[in-house]
Amino acid sequence: MNPENYLYVSALLFSIGAVGVVVRRNAIVVFMCVELMLNAANLAFVTFARINGNLDGQVIAFFTMVVAACEVVVGLAIIVTIYRSRRSASVDEASLLKR
Amino acid sequence: MTTFTTPSLSYALLAPILIVLGGAVLTVIFEAFLSKAIRPLVQLSVTLGTLVLALGQLWRIRNESSLTAAMGSVAIDGPAILLQGAVLILAILGVFLIADEDQFTVQAAAIPGSQEERESIQSGEKLTEIYPLTLFAVAGMMLFTISTDLITLFVALEMLSLPLYLMAGLARRRRLLSQEAALKYFLLGAFSSAFFLFGAAFLYGYSGSVSLAGIYDSVSGGTGNSVFLLVGIVFLSVGLLFKVGVVPFHAWTPDVYQGAPTPVTAFMAAATKVAAFGAILRIFYTAFANAYWDWRPFLSVIAIVTMIFGSLVAISQRDVKRMLAYSSIAHAGFLLTGVIALNKAGLEASIFYLFAYGIATLGAFGIVTLVRDSQGEVTDLSRWAGLGKRSPLVATVFATLLLAFAGIPLTSGFIGKFSIFSAAYESGNKSIVVVGVLSSAIAAYFYIRVIVLMFFTDPAEDGTSVTIPSNMTRLTIALSFVITIFLGVFPAPLLNFISSMAIFIR
Repeated sequence: MNPENYLYVSALLFSIGAVGVVVRRNAIVVFMCVELMLNAANLAFVTFARINGNLDGQVIAFFTMVVAACEVVVGLAIIVTIYRSRRSASVDEASLLKR
Repeated sequence: MTTFTTPSLSYALLAPILIVLGGAVLTVIFEAFLSKAIRPLVQLSVTLGTLVLALGQLWRIRNESSLTAAMGSVAIDGPAILLQGAVLILAILGVFLIADEDQFTVQAAAIPGSQEERESIQSGEKLTEIYPLTLFAVAGMMLFTISTDLITLFVALEMLSLPLYLMAGLARRRRLLSQEAALKYFLLGAFSSAFFLFGAAFLYGYSGSVSLAGIYDSVSGGTGNSVFLLVGIVFLSVGLLFKVGVVPFHAWTPDVYQGAPTPVTAFMAAATKVAAFGAILRIFYTAFANAYWDWRPFLSVIAIVTMIFGSLVAISQRDVKRMLAYSSIAHAGFLLTGVIALNKAGLEASIFYLFAYGIATLGAFGIVTLVRDSQGEVTDLSRWAGLGKRSPLVATVFATLLLAFAGIPLTSGFIGKFSIFSAAYESGNKSIVVVGVLSSAIAAYFYIRVIVLMFFTDPAEDGTSVTIPSNMTRLTIALSFVITIFLGVFPAPLLNFISSMAIFIR
């Protein structure tokens, strides 16, 4: 199968994630959409590794997973704190700073 | 079976970063094992000691230059030394402000307004987690300015961002605002780093290599699919430009600057800008240098829009921290003209500008921490009226720093703006210089408006007062004031030093 098709899948996943970040209102869901975007980038890396015939892309995919895990730790801490003080994880309700 | 070759690292060249990381790990251990009574003092001394030690090591290796310090992942060259040094100096001054623990919540996990929170405040304990977070962020910033491959860049980007997201949420007063700032910063930051990574994937696909030098070779050779190159440049730029907060990626800047505890805002505004622009300069000056027809047009448009937008919107702000945030957006636009110039003068001017701007920013936010009432800091501009009559010294220093932001002669801001615009002019980009000078004039209007408000308006009797600063805060403000004036009057030593160093190696 032509590896370029995987690039289309990756672009599709990235777009779904990006649209999700913009339209969804729950911070957890927004965050999941960001993770989807990171995974789309991972798929692109692995596909390019295959196309280019070297392993750099696959190595980056591992780095991305580790970094994404760190991001989950920090992100969930922030979202849970917000949820505990407001009883809601909606991105729209956190709007004290808008004027 | 392939044999395994051990990677060779030049520890002396990597020592500045390794020292900071070692200090960060040490402070984490102290956080776990030391008693609460001695922790604040120990953590502060270890943090400052680490930063000073790293700066000393950096000075020792200032004439070294190597591409293979970490198997080709980082470059040690003149700009790397200068930018790391700038990050360290700004971090030291930032830590002086952060040492005012009164600004930070005692227990970040306690719900605002709860019994738990009251008890933790009454216990008189102090938050010391901020020190390891600061050191990790500093290490990330230093790494970001010297990385020469896409993996290291991405890891460094996250390493500097993740601690900053947490630090933004640690304010003692107005905690809901602070937590909201952390949430916004985190969600938008994660969003933008996904863009960065996706762009990196396409650059890798384009060149088959993750190193900036490999991308440069592919661009020069004209091999590879140019659609991949374009997609890569655009997505990577979005990720980077978000970090420096230029229009249209600026939405987080005012909110985070306002919501975060002021010492953190100061540190973040000054040091993150150096790190992110350092990386932008390195990427665009080395990897994309020969593809400038692809990125110059859209970066020019972004720079022009950013300068005008930042200056115009700052006029209508009623809050000091928001005003400084919009001014930082405008400054990001000015700095972008140095990137677009794509010549040695542009690089030198950008580095000088970053340092001068960072120093002035630390001083300005340091003064914001001093103006308080019984509820905490007063950031509403209308309540700053008459400050010059009540505390002439503080108001004069703040006015000087504002004049430096505006680029008035005899301050560092003027030298910075002059050199960056002349570099842009030299590169033949005249329209951007015209817009830059015009928006500086607009910006000067709102800085001077604040000065008029402070000195020529009668003070309102509403309990706003200037607190007596702690010695450390005093030191930051004084140094920032002195350096700003000194660089405005005698810029030659620093300019010559930068000029002798500012050459990227590939």
